[in-house]
Amino acid sequence: MLIGRFTERPYQDPSSGYFGATGRSIQDLSISNGEYNPQLGSELYNRYLDEQVSAEEAGFDAIMLNEHHSTPFCMGGTVNTEAAILARITDKVKIVINGNVLPIWDDPLWLAEELATIDMISKGRLVTGWVRGTGRESIAHNAPPPFNWERFQEAHDFIIKAWTTPGPFRWEGEHYDFRYVNPWMRPYQNPHPQIMIPGVVSKNTVKWAAEHRYPYLMLATRLEPTKASFDYYREVAHESGYEAGPQHLGYLFKVHVDETEELAYETGKKFLDGPGNIFLEGSRGTASPVLQNLPGLTDRKNLLPTGEIGFVAASRGRSAADVARENSSNESGSRNVRAAQTQATLADYDTQLENYTIISGTPKTVIPKIRHVLETLRPGTIFFWDGDGAMTHDDSMRSLRLMGSDVIPAVKEMAKELDLPGSFEIDTKTNEPYDPTPAIADVAGGGA
Amino acid sequence: MFLKEIIVAMKTSTEPASRIVNVAGLDINIREAGEGKPLVILHRSTGYFEWDNFTNKLAESFHVIYPDLPGFGNSERPDWAREARDLSIIMAELLKVLDIKDVTLVGLGLGGFIAAELATMNQERLSNLILISAAGIKPETGEILDQMLIDHTEYVRQGFTEASHFVDLFGDAVHPDILDIWEFSRIMTARISWSPYMFNRRLPPLLNIITVPTLVIFGNNDTVIPYTVGQQFIDNLSNGQLEIIDGGGHLVEWEMPDKICALIVKHSH
Repeated sequence: MLIGRFTERPYQDPSSGYFGATGRSIQDLSISNGEYNPQLGSELYNRYLDEQVSAEEAGFDAIMLNEHHSTPFCMGGTVNTEAAILARITDKVKIVINGNVLPIWDDPLWLAEELATIDMISKGRLVTGWVRGTGRESIAHNAPPPFNWERFQEAHDFIIKAWTTPGPFRWEGEHYDFRYVNPWMRPYQNPHPQIMIPGVVSKNTVKWAAEHRYPYLMLATRLEPTKASFDYYREVAHESGYEAGPQHLGYLFKVHVDETEELAYETGKKFLDGPGNIFLEGSRGTASPVLQNLPGLTDRKNLLPTGEIGFVAASRGRSAADVARENSSNESGSRNVRAAQTQATLADYDTQLENYTIISGTPKTVIPKIRHVLETLRPGTIFFWDGDGAMTHDDSMRSLRLMGSDVIPAVKEMAKELDLPGSFEIDTKTNEPYDPTPAIADVAGGGA
Repeated sequence: MFLKEIIVAMKTSTEPASRIVNVAGLDINIREAGEGKPLVILHRSTGYFEWDNFTNKLAESFHVIYPDLPGFGNSERPDWAREARDLSIIMAELLKVLDIKDVTLVGLGLGGFIAAELATMNQERLSNLILISAAGIKPETGEILDQMLIDHTEYVRQGFTEASHFVDLFGDAVHPDILDIWEFSRIMTARISWSPYMFNRRLPPLLNIITVPTLVIFGNNDTVIPYTVGQQFIDNLSNGQLEIIDGGGHLVEWEMPDKICALIVKHSH
């Protein structure tokens, strides 16, 4: 099993009204960067980098970064910069970028160059994840939503070719044209870094990931719909002529460990405070339905079971027409049933603790809960989402220490017992044992 | 990719006959009513949704032909189209396929953008051109309201000068079928006009090619496209005439159908 740690690196500004859920609404893309404080940003970037180094020291196999734009809930707008620094200041951990938003790159060759550089500096520790992004990302970098899925697929094909085919060559696709593809860098890993596909809603993406035999990572979705989405992956795998195993499946979920149950209860609550991810249950922020349903961005007939869960659906997957309908009916004081349903899914903290949306406790209580998740979903890759929302550096560090001393060793044992190999134990492309040695000699031969 | 069911469901007794015409390999849906000189309307980015007072009034004086633009309503989507000019080429071909001459071409909003592009390329079949709160030019002052960043309902509401006019047409809560039409229309709008939004920097330098008489109509209360864009059209056109409607909003043909029809009739005969 691959065990990783993740935080969104929220922009925690104690002087702002939205820190600590003090009542200020965080509507997606509604906060001006006029109130951004670079001194604070500097402290936070360095703090989060330090915590990722501590995660390596605690014994995590991987540290995961993500990318969002124009939002305080995630400072990873230039995630590759963070990854490049971590490549140099860490030694063993996989550096997982989940993920670069492919369709917003007008020049994916540049991305191919950056990722290859990170892979070389890290000596082959990069895991590269690629996503389609939400409406926020399309707006922030002005990428046309109707072509999001086409651009995702073409950028993927192009980057793989740029990494694996000796140049120079010409690329003339539907959305990208390059007259001279011959980047003067190549990935350290041969043929290229492992690719992981994270997602929440799109059925197309799961199908595509399964067809490419890429590990698919569900991002903090509820257990039952996640299980159903994994079943769908297995179904597509079967149709594609192979059997999907734990190595093909990953799950990100919120886990915080603390010294006492009382402290764990209070600190876990902070997941819901601060500039948390607006897509998550209990978040104090609100997604803009208009932005999450940009024209042609998501095929609404192709939603995963997770997309049917009220909050995700209302904020992310459902049609803008549905939401607009709801809005207009609210105005007229009738037909607010859907709004009530949405409210009902904004489960309070205690409910989230019960339904495994948040796991927070001492190692003694957390470990059995993790076991339940592993038994239910059978993933080969997991990421603990911690140190988020309003959590302080001290909160993060207490958890990291206990993760290292108690939780990670226990989960590793559990994974062996439950037979949950990760994608670096069983090769997802062949279902054979994974060869951990990058074939450096072969790489040199490529340019001959 | 059609909204046939919705359109059928919405048809009222006043809906004129429609038929499918093959244009450049695409099935294009057109509606026709009235007799006389041909008048072709190119609809707004929100798409066609009903035969209203404006079209009824026009059909008293013209043979009105009202197509769904390619990719809107019941017209097939050209997957390859990337800009308004692409739709202009198809619409120019429609005039040829229908073999109509001496056409009054009326463009509304995005349709005005497409009509202007069309006229720069081929005006042989046109007698005159009428651009109503037309997009197509980057405003020198102000900005075009970005429908991609707001709710459909709010966007359409912005087109009216009086909130009550919006309610008169759509009621307190807009019918889900209409919201679906707006959402569907927005996909094609984004495919051809995501960026730059609603204008083409290569259009103004070509507007001087248009020699047919062109009437440019803007309401001076337009909150979607700054009405000063009207003057920008006139500054570039060879044979343009500007009509500023005092108190008119963006959807001026919905709020003042009689007035706008009278201007169209006067300009066309």
